[in-house]
Amino acid sequence: MLRRMLCRAAVVAALGLGLGAAAAEARTVRWSASGDPNTMDPHSQNVGTVTMVLQQIYDPLISRKPDLSLEPGLATEWRQVEPSRWRFTLRQGVRFHEGEAFTSDDVVFSITRALQPTSNFGIFVDTIDRAEAVDAHTVDIITKAPDPILPNKLASVFMMSRSWSERNNAARPQNTRQREEMHTVRNTNGTGAFRLQSREPDVRTVLVRNNDWWGWREPQNRGNVTEIVYRPIASDATRVAALLSGEIDFVLDPPLQDLNRLRNAQGLRVLEGPEVRTLFIAFDTYRDELLYSDVRGRNPFRDLRVRQALYQAIDIQAIHRTTMRGQSVVTGTLFPEQVQGYAREEDVRLPFDANRARALLAEAGFPNGFEVTLDCSNNRYINDEQICQAIAAMWTRIGVRTRLNAMPLGPFFAKIQRDDTSVYMLGWGVPTLDALYSFQSLLATRNGAQGDGIWNYGRYSNPAMDALIQRMKVETGDQRQATIREALRLYRQDLPHIPLHHQMIPWALRANIQMPHTANNQPYFRWAVVN
Amino acid sequence: MKNFFDSDLWWSFTRSPVTMISAVTAFVCIAGAVLAPLLAPHNPFDLASLQLMDAFKPPAWTGEGDATYPLGTDDQGRDVLSAIMYGARVSLLVGFCAVLFSTTLGVALGLLAGYLGGRVDAVLMRIADIQLTFPSILVALLVDGVVRAALPRDVHDQIAIFVVIFAIGISNWPQFARTVRGSTLVERNKEYVQAARVIGLSPLRIMRSHVLPNVLGPVLVIATLNLGFAILAEATLSFLGVGVPPTQPSLGTLIRIGNDFLFSGEWWITIFPGVALIVMVLSVNLLGDWLRDALNPKLR
Amino acid sequence: MFAFIVSRILQALPVMLTVSLISFAMFAYVGDPVAIMLGQDFTEAQRQALVQQLGLDQPFFVQFATFLGNAVQGEFGLSYRLSRPVAELIAERAPATLELALCAAFIALAVGVPMGVYTGLYRHSWLSRFFLTFSLIGVSLPTFLIGILLILTFSVWLGWLPSFGRGDVARLGWWSTGFLSWSGIKALILPAITLGLFQLTLIMRLVRSEMLEVLRTDYIKFARARGLPNRMVHFGHALKNTLVPVITIAGLQLGAIIAFAIVTETVFQWPGMGLLFIQSVGAADIPVMAAYLMLIAAVFVTINLIVDLLYYAVDPRLRIGRGGGH
Repeated sequence: MLRRMLCRAAVVAALGLGLGAAAAEARTVRWSASGDPNTMDPHSQNVGTVTMVLQQIYDPLISRKPDLSLEPGLATEWRQVEPSRWRFTLRQGVRFHEGEAFTSDDVVFSITRALQPTSNFGIFVDTIDRAEAVDAHTVDIITKAPDPILPNKLASVFMMSRSWSERNNAARPQNTRQREEMHTVRNTNGTGAFRLQSREPDVRTVLVRNNDWWGWREPQNRGNVTEIVYRPIASDATRVAALLSGEIDFVLDPPLQDLNRLRNAQGLRVLEGPEVRTLFIAFDTYRDELLYSDVRGRNPFRDLRVRQALYQAIDIQAIHRTTMRGQSVVTGTLFPEQVQGYAREEDVRLPFDANRARALLAEAGFPNGFEVTLDCSNNRYINDEQICQAIAAMWTRIGVRTRLNAMPLGPFFAKIQRDDTSVYMLGWGVPTLDALYSFQSLLATRNGAQGDGIWNYGRYSNPAMDALIQRMKVETGDQRQATIREALRLYRQDLPHIPLHHQMIPWALRANIQMPHTANNQPYFRWAVVN
Repeated sequence: MKNFFDSDLWWSFTRSPVTMISAVTAFVCIAGAVLAPLLAPHNPFDLASLQLMDAFKPPAWTGEGDATYPLGTDDQGRDVLSAIMYGARVSLLVGFCAVLFSTTLGVALGLLAGYLGGRVDAVLMRIADIQLTFPSILVALLVDGVVRAALPRDVHDQIAIFVVIFAIGISNWPQFARTVRGSTLVERNKEYVQAARVIGLSPLRIMRSHVLPNVLGPVLVIATLNLGFAILAEATLSFLGVGVPPTQPSLGTLIRIGNDFLFSGEWWITIFPGVALIVMVLSVNLLGDWLRDALNPKLR
Repeated sequence: MFAFIVSRILQALPVMLTVSLISFAMFAYVGDPVAIMLGQDFTEAQRQALVQQLGLDQPFFVQFATFLGNAVQGEFGLSYRLSRPVAELIAERAPATLELALCAAFIALAVGVPMGVYTGLYRHSWLSRFFLTFSLIGVSLPTFLIGILLILTFSVWLGWLPSFGRGDVARLGWWSTGFLSWSGIKALILPAITLGLFQLTLIMRLVRSEMLEVLRTDYIKFARARGLPNRMVHFGHALKNTLVPVITIAGLQLGAIIAFAIVTETVFQWPGMGLLFIQSVGAADIPVMAAYLMLIAAVFVTINLIVDLLYYAVDPRLRIGRGGGH
């Protein structure tokens, strides 16, 4: 009897050990989102779906912590030696996945590559004149003018190996024109925590742990994941079904309406967190007559009272509660608090007041309202079409009869980028986490200079705003903070936009996976712990 | 009228309870759709009447529901019942017009091919053959795509419904043409037609008054069965996002939108339009089936 | 025979040309690939450069002629979205769609034919009525709804079958197959049923009506009069005679199955050509869409040709001369 019990105990122990050992060997995370990266080239596409895979494989000079503040990456130190010269000290002993040692020459190469016209990363390197190697592990980056936020921008620029790239004819970023596809479209060679094992576009991308990664020595990188399998699923319903049925461990973009079900499901949890992305409505304030309206001879949106009326007609709390199911942060300003320059005093909305809105319209000479078409994307932002539908109904109620034109992102961007719009909704993310990025792209007068007003399709133009933006580019410290604050105040007075909300980006994952939620919507698997 | 009640058709109708039920159902569907502006409790297209705070109300009988919204509301606070009635209107309009279009086209071309024969016949039937092998959904996708490409978006949205009608209609004419051609070939050689020809009646007249009445039976059957297909085709196109614009949602559009809420507990947004679509198509199909059997004494 | 084939191929050519023109024209203006490729930040100069590089500033017919010239050589250029040769992408996806389509066709035939025979023979039994009602419901249910309901039942509630994808696939040369692994076979079940259901009901009703037709013929009456057992009459004589039209329709429907796979693949995220096509539509990926439509047209034309030849082989009347009434 006793012997039998002992035997059984031994078997149980052996089984337990066996299971433990198996679990230690393979910790796979299978994750999913709606889109698939369209390239593996690190400087070709500045798009979230590409970056979310590549940042597991490649490292920038400067990394981000879970709260998105900066921390040393491939550079251990950096400082501004002259106003226009930053010096970076590189980490020693770093190797690329294919074995090449990482040196200052690779940094010079990568910066130069990101500066090529075929690169889509211009906005992060546009102030850079050139990079110079000082010695094998020191690099200087010289900017055309003083650039106080260069480190923030460099956190988005990945480092490649010069010898590997040149050997594979990939010294320039992938150019969609070329008849032969480039090596970098399907192959990678980074210094990062994971390496690319296999990839079938739209089907499956498998990354495996790089045990030689320099970062595993750092205490914050406690991740124990050995394999990451990415499987895009475009259909919302199917993606949720796959998570519920256990075929997927982690969904980056669960549909809002399914969050409650996911929260209550056995073994799943929802990580909630904000995204650094703000949705707003922008007006054509440039033309003398709107393209899509029945008002002739004048442009109602040039009248501040009309813009204010439309602002106050929006019941943003209803949108927050119903359309966004609580997954939004209602705002009265241009960007959320994670962005350098945010000022809480300026984050105040005009109150929702339909009667006031009607009065303002009448005062502006539109007692019977008018007709207008609202342009909107229908697959770019969370519930974008539903938000626009709700807004169209709210505007119609005060007399501004709104036709909604909701399109997929391709035609939508094409349309607004031709300035072919009267009023549109846009969502703006701030990868640099600095106010200038938003002000410069969205509110500066378009003047042909790189970056100024390139996303200002309502062609809002105010010399006072332009002056403040130019100052933001060069000032530092408290002075710059004050300038941004002034610009934010002007934004509230002028109402070139109706701010709506900052997006929340809940992630849904299995309860046994621990990982920090990051506001740039980029999961960092080096921090993921699977129990 | 008396003739009708004496006819075999009526007799067979009264003998089949399933057919009677489906006839009543189809009638209710059609009446509800046609009279939607009068009968529907709300007007889902009147933006000014929508209240976002009323969104996601469950059906009235569930307790949390609201009696003004018998089948609940969708994500914008639209009454689901009214949306279904207006949506069925669009679906039926597209279905009927598409069938009418393919019937007219198919019958005309079929008569022509059968009566004239020769080269005209060969060419027409070859086109019909080729098109029959292409699934209607692909033809519809192609037609819709071409029009979409050719016209600016605003214009397209205004005429989208006609484009869908055309796309579905054009993809179904060969069935009619083939049947009519077959019957015409048979009729053409009958003595009374030969006689009519001899006395010098114009071919058009012969076709209209002698050949056409004899081929109407099978045409009616095909048309009824095609109505179900046309409604489904429209729903599928709308589900793929290339059908009618969302400003005039059909049942297919409602299902596509509601599909997003299938897992979240707001099942009524997609289930009711889905049920409405199935009931409508099913009753039409049952009627078509019965009609086919009743018109064909050999019980085909 | 030879002349017949040649004439059919000559008739197919204008079809292919029309389809290629349409497929190219169709998407030439729908979406702007430039905006998608450039991402969130770019300058006007970058945009112009890209437009020029892609040849999008050329007149329509120049673009079309270039396209056609390349297409004849099997060269459809690079996908705008994935920067890979289109021919390669389609070749990668074709096995998934073909395996799915074949399974669906198999289900449709394996279940549809017996059901059709049964309902044809025992017209008034309750099971026949059940089958007929079932088939009517099958015809009345949109494919996408069936797929969603199957996922809800078998993946989410019961957890028996996967809800998306192909499972583990094995590579046999350039062909990838899901038949060799358990997970691959499990993944195939729901999409194949979804895709096959409509065809199943179609084939069942077709077999039924053909059976009814044949059973009325003198030939069967004679067979019965000769005292042959029912079994012999039904399967030896009647079924055999219904098979020609059934095979024809089933063949023609194979094309329909491949086309309807667009819907099924969208619902199940099946990595086949249909999904590739829909994803390309979303990204305005013209080369992929054009190539897909041309490929589908080629498949249809081929199927049509084969069916014609089969008819020719089976039905001796066709060999005497194709003029005349029928």
